[in-house]
Amino acid sequence: MSDITVDVAVIGAGPAGIAAGVGAKEAGADRVAIFERDWDLGGILQQCIHPGFGLHVFGEELTGPEYIHRWIDRAREAGVEFWTNSMVFHMEDDGSFWIMNPSLGIKKVTPKSVVLAMGCRERPLGALGIPGTRPAGIYTAGTAQRLVNMEGYMPGNKVVILGSGDVGLIMARRMIWEGAQVLGVYEIMPWPGGLRRNIAQCLDDYGIPFHLEETVIEIHGKDRLEGVTVAKVDKDRNPVVGTEHFIACDTLLLAVGLIPENELSRMAGVEINPITQGPFVNELLQTSKPNIFAAGNVVIVYDLVDWVSKEAERAGRNAALYAIGQLKQVARQIRIVGGKNVRLYSPQFLSGQSDATIYMRVTQPIEKRCKAIVEPGLYERQLRYARPGEMNEAHVKLEDLKALGDIEEIVVDIREA
Amino acid sequence: MPEERKIICTACPVGCFMSVSEENGEIISISGNSCPRGKEYAKIELVDPRRVFASTVRVEGGALPVCPVRSKYPVPKSKITDIAKAVARVKVKAPIEIGQVIIENVCDTGVDIVATRSLPARQSVEVSQGG
Repeated sequence: MSDITVDVAVIGAGPAGIAAGVGAKEAGADRVAIFERDWDLGGILQQCIHPGFGLHVFGEELTGPEYIHRWIDRAREAGVEFWTNSMVFHMEDDGSFWIMNPSLGIKKVTPKSVVLAMGCRERPLGALGIPGTRPAGIYTAGTAQRLVNMEGYMPGNKVVILGSGDVGLIMARRMIWEGAQVLGVYEIMPWPGGLRRNIAQCLDDYGIPFHLEETVIEIHGKDRLEGVTVAKVDKDRNPVVGTEHFIACDTLLLAVGLIPENELSRMAGVEINPITQGPFVNELLQTSKPNIFAAGNVVIVYDLVDWVSKEAERAGRNAALYAIGQLKQVARQIRIVGGKNVRLYSPQFLSGQSDATIYMRVTQPIEKRCKAIVEPGLYERQLRYARPGEMNEAHVKLEDLKALGDIEEIVVDIREA
Repeated sequence: MPEERKIICTACPVGCFMSVSEENGEIISISGNSCPRGKEYAKIELVDPRRVFASTVRVEGGALPVCPVRSKYPVPKSKITDIAKAVARVKVKAPIEIGQVIIENVCDTGVDIVATRSLPARQSVEVSQGG
């Protein structure tokens, strides 16, 4: 039984899903439909109202809503179908899935291929195990961003930010602009989680103190947050006795990491990489299920939406080629292995059908000349530095890969020069 | 005596550490940038630092209670607090079109505050949600 039959179905109408839809239409798929649970399109970019998007794709700096507006226009021109208010709640292992929509009820969608584009979710308070009470006033940075930028509420007035991911840094400035006091940003690691320019334009511009190797060790307050205890940490990230001090605040924002959202992928039996927490993919962004592709932060958390769009467009194109029977199935794939200083990377396999871009993050920062490499002899590029908060890329040309003949694995790494 | 100033370039996500040496208010050298945009950024940053301001305005009868806005061009950093206050006082009627001017020549900067999304009126959304 099927209610809706399409060539390519995309789950999620954020930046990845919309670009995947465009890519699928451009590659010649006939019926391409994007399913979105929200009433509106654009996903998280709707609440990212600050500029900083589109420098690579459009050659200018746009706000999130402006950036996604352009992609929505492109998708509509290309003839992509949008299904809003349509929550995908179950996925079968053949890639078909079920949606729930307030006027249509429950419907089954049977596509020839699928692009997973569900994005990521924020690590919550419960994942941190901080002792103390659980009063009101503690939010993930993205939740606070939605409250302020889309729902018109102020979460509080005296704010402490734990973690230095980009959303936390952006929210520090945003709260200042809305008249709040931001007392400090505390990062447990010895280096910032977000981009350097966000430290400059969101913290330094407003004199917000930034503390590395310090963290929140206790939460205080009965009904409403009354304060937090912070302390320095040692190199094993344990609090140092004697460095604790109390900070009175009514709001704590958490910017402590993003996790790819793969509940549906797991239901469908897509193999998940325990390191990235996204699906294992090859350079075509094809998962362990040949008819299921994945795009954007559902695969690996990117720094820039521009990269998400470009990769997703490719995922959409390949999903379309699969749907129209033009994608070759290969029996054996080349495994990509991460070197000593690579914490996570994507893709993990090469099918040997196209050039590949490998995205990766380092484990330890290297604050001097270093190089990104793919061995044996596939790629080498000089870098001025490599930081965990900033993704690096490496490129592998198909002809170079073919010239190596019958190899089983290649290695990516970032090393001192 | 030349004076040395350290700035982080915010022209793009690379975020170069630049050092600028000045003497009698004149720039003698700029280093650390990895592209020409960095040089331009440093020159402007020293004499007239500017930022794009982005916030929201209250909306009457909209699908959302607020609509995101921005300064169409960068505005002087020193005026951002005044601009934030001016923007906070505004209330706009839905529907709103992306690019619509919300405040003309905000705080005499010569720069307009414009809407960064289109926002339908509340009614039309309730219908599309199927009630």
